[in-house]
Amino acid sequence: MELILDGIGRTIALIFTLDREVLTVTLLSFKISGCATLASLIIGIPTGVFLALSDFPGRRLIVSVVNTGMGLPPVVVGLFVTISLWRNGPLGLLEMLYTPSAMILAQSVIAAPIVTGITIAAIQNLPSNLKLQVRAMGATKLQTIWILVRESRLPLLAAVMAGFGGVISEVGASIMVGGNIKGQTRVLTTATVMETGKGNFETAIALSLILLLLAFGVNYLLTVIQQRERPR
Amino acid sequence: MSKKPPLLQVEGMQIRRGGVQVLDLPGFSIASEEKVAVIGPNGASKSSLLLGLACLIRRECGAIIFQGKEVTAREETAFRRQIAMVFQEPLLFDTTVLDNVAEGLRIRGHGRREARETAMKCLELFKVGQLASRSAHKLSGGEAQRVSLARAFAVKPKLILMDEPFSSLDLPTRIVLTEDLGRILHESGTAALIATHDRIEALRVVDRLVVMDGGVIVQEGKPHEVIANPVNSFVAAFKRTTVPTAN
Repeated sequence: MELILDGIGRTIALIFTLDREVLTVTLLSFKISGCATLASLIIGIPTGVFLALSDFPGRRLIVSVVNTGMGLPPVVVGLFVTISLWRNGPLGLLEMLYTPSAMILAQSVIAAPIVTGITIAAIQNLPSNLKLQVRAMGATKLQTIWILVRESRLPLLAAVMAGFGGVISEVGASIMVGGNIKGQTRVLTTATVMETGKGNFETAIALSLILLLLAFGVNYLLTVIQQRERPR
Repeated sequence: MSKKPPLLQVEGMQIRRGGVQVLDLPGFSIASEEKVAVIGPNGASKSSLLLGLACLIRRECGAIIFQGKEVTAREETAFRRQIAMVFQEPLLFDTTVLDNVAEGLRIRGHGRREARETAMKCLELFKVGQLASRSAHKLSGGEAQRVSLARAFAVKPKLILMDEPFSSLDLPTRIVLTEDLGRILHESGTAALIATHDRIEALRVVDRLVVMDGGVIVQEGKPHEVIANPVNSFVAAFKRTTVPTAN
């Protein structure tokens, strides 16, 4: 108990003294996970809409793969991204390993199936005749997709939250492809693991509380937007 | 049959759904400003007829001719912008009532302000102007269906297709809405095709009654002629039912 209270005290101290190291790590965590979430939205929403609205042989198999991907273990993603980016790997020429870009790539791979899966569920959850109603109103294919996505905006915001929550808190892939290099690829989760390993529990608790605050802050903001969206 | 030139003609239309032929329509037409009701038992393919006419489901064969010109696959969206469709459920969007009614005009490229002004007029026409700023998902069944009708009329369609529009409403609401719909249809001169089980809708609003069974038209004519000479037990049941009035 004393250890936790000390950790809380250290958190307050680190935040109010604007500790440079903590600030760098926090900003990098936010930047990497924010970029990865954005990339997963760019990939996941169109893919989810396509899979929800189309009908072709093998569609069910692909949807099953996406649903399985929603629970991808980050260490498995980390392993395969590391192998791909390794000097002799298929993407070795890019020399991305142990860079923030590699971390964004790995986190995007983790978040994209989450966003895709929630998008499929959100679109399929709309009333079955809504698509026909929109088309009957004279909408083009693109207008139809836009209106259906707009109608799913509340569950899609949940997809953003789930995607961001999934990547800001993961450690396995980040440590494998980023390497926890101070000032370059050290983020809140990898720093927490390192401090715990060194027995600096106070600092580890402080970093994890900052991580929780960051995740809460982003989700609170998205929740406010989500709830305000509903007309009275 | 109306003596006015046909607004919409169908030639040899066949539709299959789930590998089964559900509609066989060698010929059918609706004149400008004509109001037609399609009646028939469950499974008569009334909905398939409407969806087929709006080019919303694929037809095996046949042609749809609108205002004398065949609707090709490329022109289907442009064709749908000249008609409107109302479904059994109101299917309103998760936004305000006003923006729901303005949506069809926004789809057609109208500016937000202009679309909202037209939408407001249509809401007032259907006596729901006071609901304009309300969430469309917080309306009663009758209010929602009035908004759905206002949305359809806002785009000034030449033809409106309605698939059992009032079937989920209680009888008093249905009677009042049918009266209002009939009045607005006649005042606006909009042609209408209404699929219904409902004697009130069928007999109060329309110029012609079409009876469908098993995906084919089995009888058609003026309502009193069809009722006087029922071709099957379903039509005979119409004859035995009195139509209540709004008062």
